[in-house]
Amino acid sequence: MVLSRTVHSESDVSLHSTFASRYVRTSLPRFKMPEESIPKEAAYQIINDELMLDGNPRLNLASFVTTWMEPECDKLMMAAINKNYVDMDEYPVTTELQNRCVNMIAHLFNAPLGDEETAVGVGTVGSSEAIMLAGLAFKRKWQNKMRALGKPCDKPNIVTGANVQVCWEKFARYFEVELKEVKLSEGYYVMDPDKAVEMVDENTICVAAILGSTLNGEFEDVKRLNDLLVKKNAETGWDTPIHVDAASGGFIAPFIYPELEWDFRLPLVKSINVSGHKYGLVYAGVGWVIWRNKEDLPDELIFHINYLGADQPTFTLNFSKGSNQIIAQYYQLIRLGFEGYKNIMENCQENAMVLKEGLEKTGRFNIVSKDHGVPLVAFSLKDHSQHNEFEISDMLRRFGWIVPAYTMPPDAQHITVLRVVIREDFSRTLAERLVSDIVKVLHELDTLPGKVTAKIEIHEEKGLEVKQTELEVQRKITEFWRKFVANKKKTNGVC
Amino acid sequence: MVLSRMISDTDASVSSTFASRYVRTSLPKFKMAEGSIPKEAAFQIINDELMLDGNPRLNLASFVTTWMEPECDKLIMSSINKNYVDMDEYPVTTELQNRCVNMIAHLFNAPLGEAETAVGVGTVGSSEAIMLAGLAFKRKWQNKMKALGKPWDKPNIVTGANVQVCWEKFARYFEVELKEVKLREGYYVMDPEKAVEMVDENTICVAAILGSTLNGEFEDVKRLNDLLIEKNAKTGWDTPIHVDAASGGFIAPFIYPELEWDFRLPLVKSINVSGHKYGLVYAGIGWVIWRNKDDLPDELIFHINYLGADQPTFTLNFSKGSSQIIAQYYQFIRLGFEGYKSIMENCQENATVLKEGLEKTGRFNIVSKDKGVPLVAFSLKDHSVHNEFEISDILRRFGWIVPAYTMPPDAQHITVLRVVIREDFSRTLADRLVNDIVKVLHELDTMPAKVTAKTELCEEKGIENKTDLSVQRKIADDWKKFVANKKKSNGVC
Repeated sequence: MVLSRTVHSESDVSLHSTFASRYVRTSLPRFKMPEESIPKEAAYQIINDELMLDGNPRLNLASFVTTWMEPECDKLMMAAINKNYVDMDEYPVTTELQNRCVNMIAHLFNAPLGDEETAVGVGTVGSSEAIMLAGLAFKRKWQNKMRALGKPCDKPNIVTGANVQVCWEKFARYFEVELKEVKLSEGYYVMDPDKAVEMVDENTICVAAILGSTLNGEFEDVKRLNDLLVKKNAETGWDTPIHVDAASGGFIAPFIYPELEWDFRLPLVKSINVSGHKYGLVYAGVGWVIWRNKEDLPDELIFHINYLGADQPTFTLNFSKGSNQIIAQYYQLIRLGFEGYKNIMENCQENAMVLKEGLEKTGRFNIVSKDHGVPLVAFSLKDHSQHNEFEISDMLRRFGWIVPAYTMPPDAQHITVLRVVIREDFSRTLAERLVSDIVKVLHELDTLPGKVTAKIEIHEEKGLEVKQTELEVQRKITEFWRKFVANKKKTNGVC
Repeated sequence: MVLSRMISDTDASVSSTFASRYVRTSLPKFKMAEGSIPKEAAFQIINDELMLDGNPRLNLASFVTTWMEPECDKLIMSSINKNYVDMDEYPVTTELQNRCVNMIAHLFNAPLGEAETAVGVGTVGSSEAIMLAGLAFKRKWQNKMKALGKPWDKPNIVTGANVQVCWEKFARYFEVELKEVKLREGYYVMDPEKAVEMVDENTICVAAILGSTLNGEFEDVKRLNDLLIEKNAKTGWDTPIHVDAASGGFIAPFIYPELEWDFRLPLVKSINVSGHKYGLVYAGIGWVIWRNKDDLPDELIFHINYLGADQPTFTLNFSKGSSQIIAQYYQFIRLGFEGYKSIMENCQENATVLKEGLEKTGRFNIVSKDKGVPLVAFSLKDHSVHNEFEISDILRRFGWIVPAYTMPPDAQHITVLRVVIREDFSRTLADRLVNDIVKVLHELDTMPAKVTAKTELCEEKGIENKTDLSVQRKIADDWKKFVANKKKSNGVC
């Protein structure tokens, strides 16, 4: 005879199914730590379910940052997830892999290294840290120079275009360097080398050029900047150097535009940063900064750590961090090799062309991005009277696509663009789908009246004898609100 | 009739990984190779090289977490392609960070009203957290001095000589002078009296450590607070305190709740803690919490528009992975207060087991305190024949990574071995470690000291030169000191 037994004990949690357990029925405290533990399956399910409402990373067309890697690489990353990169003594192979990556990238950028010479560079958490390190090196070098000349060294400045990514503003604000921005103009959305060189003065620690402008993917003319600055340096004797922010372009130009001179082939370029997690094809969390040679990195900034009896110099802001992105970068470099990267970049370019041509065919858009540059397509509406790019962006969200709309920095703030970044995992099929979805959005918008016009119509329908001035006031308020929102969106960290 | 076919050279996917041509030729190490290789080969090549790295779980040098539950690993893997900074695109992940900040702020008794949100941020580690906190102090102090019309070009910060290297980085990179309170034999943390003495008008803050790197001791933050209040009343300088609770921040609230070290002390304006130490998350996450909005100058904050609402951000890093933030949230809700408490108590008990095992050998002095971070720091009673570095080297053969460090000034003549007890260091492993240390001691007892060996060799060879021998001994001694000094600058973390 089998005795039936009822499950009655509430403390015997493991018998309940996850979804029926008491833990998913009561909501967890959000801002204070709960008193008690919960089973790991419930914790997993709770978090997993909430995260379903995040956007899909692969449909996030706003970001340059890699969203797909091969499963073999995922395996390597998972196996290395509990390795703290900074323990160089304990994980010498991982440290060696970083050194190899630095050297490979330095050679890719034509650093003037002898056969036996090792490159000067470091892996960072991203281009933000890389830029801060490079900027710090310039600042310290400049300060030493000024002190030796007996001149004041308390007002350093850096010359960039107004199209710089927000991390340069962070660098300027946190490290007390003045940011002198070359303003953009309509139709010219990158830093003008002539204007930049004009702005250089005795206190300029460096001029920062961008290879792959965030907003429209354009490569700045680093060669022209170099030539103009060489001339100016000869006149002034200030010896102002150049830094190239190749966050996006650094892993594109060497493969598809090898004849473009932008790197250490130009004598004034002293350091370059590149994001491993953009076109380096690694997940978020790795960047690289390379210096031309030892003299460009003041020794006083370097911390010397003894590892395995040898001196391992380090210069980073972060200390403990994961090792997996470094290993993943090495994986990509040896897995793909030069031809692999070249194939992928060419493919991205071709997909960008497909998207661009599809958009041009609608006849409704101006293409703001150039063909020569980072594979992305930036476009704006020809006709702004009824609808604007922000509305297109919102409606595309319903189809699952995340396509951001940005206003340009000064002095081109009246231009708004939509920007689609073509990454390795954005196939031609997806490009074609995106075009047809954009066409659908346009049709839908065509049926919707413009927002201001709608209000006026309602008023007239209601037969309200509203004075002309009230309508005008209303229109003015709406315009003002739109500008205000547009302005606020402008400070959206464009990345 | 089956035709046999030769495997074509170009048909690379048919060859087995280990026999493929790619593993037979070595890859260029310092330049990118021209051609691609199959992904299986790439995986195998890297995997094989990495076998020679140490085993993270046997790395007893590090406080950083080396094990998490498989459910959490699953969450980490599925969010590995999420760039945390895309707040617009991943609003839930951003919300999880905000919840963690608030949970930690409450854990540290931040004086928050019922509906008030905490001021804090997730960082890549305590280094970034400390730089942000230091930057806030520096800017606040500069503004104060400017308003008073006084010079503000020589800020300094008072800490103990036992600070972790990230404070030195902060000082060097952000141009702040580091005024260190020297240690002495037997007292390996910052002395509050001496610290307060060193405070002057240009001091932007005094940094106390909860969980000193070298011996796990908690500094007496309450005493520092009380002395500093007195001094501030006399001088009017209003010098604040920052608590570097990188290790201790997730220990003290659970097993020493009565210990006053956090925002309960009025002069404590910011605290940092490493999520990847006793927060029980893999490497790559830290937290910094400010007492309230006034302690974080608004000019340092970048305002990003997200979902129509203002999301203020203040970090050095921009793009980074989201996995660790999600993992931290997982740990908070999975464990809750009682879970963390259980784990910390367990670590303490295992530390005691290890400590007692070492004491029983009769060969070691225990340098760490019972109250503090669960670690055991110990040194040899007798240094005449062998030293701690040799023990560390020989233990490596058994698989254990136990580092040896010399203390900072003025206690450089003291060397300690340090074993950190993490969540995944069980009592069984503790017993095994003691056994292996005993084996190492036996082995060393059979080996003569290195210098003595040289001397013996010389005498055997009949070299008749007293001065030569003493020169030799001096050289050996000098080398030992030189190596020991070099090892001292090893980033102790």
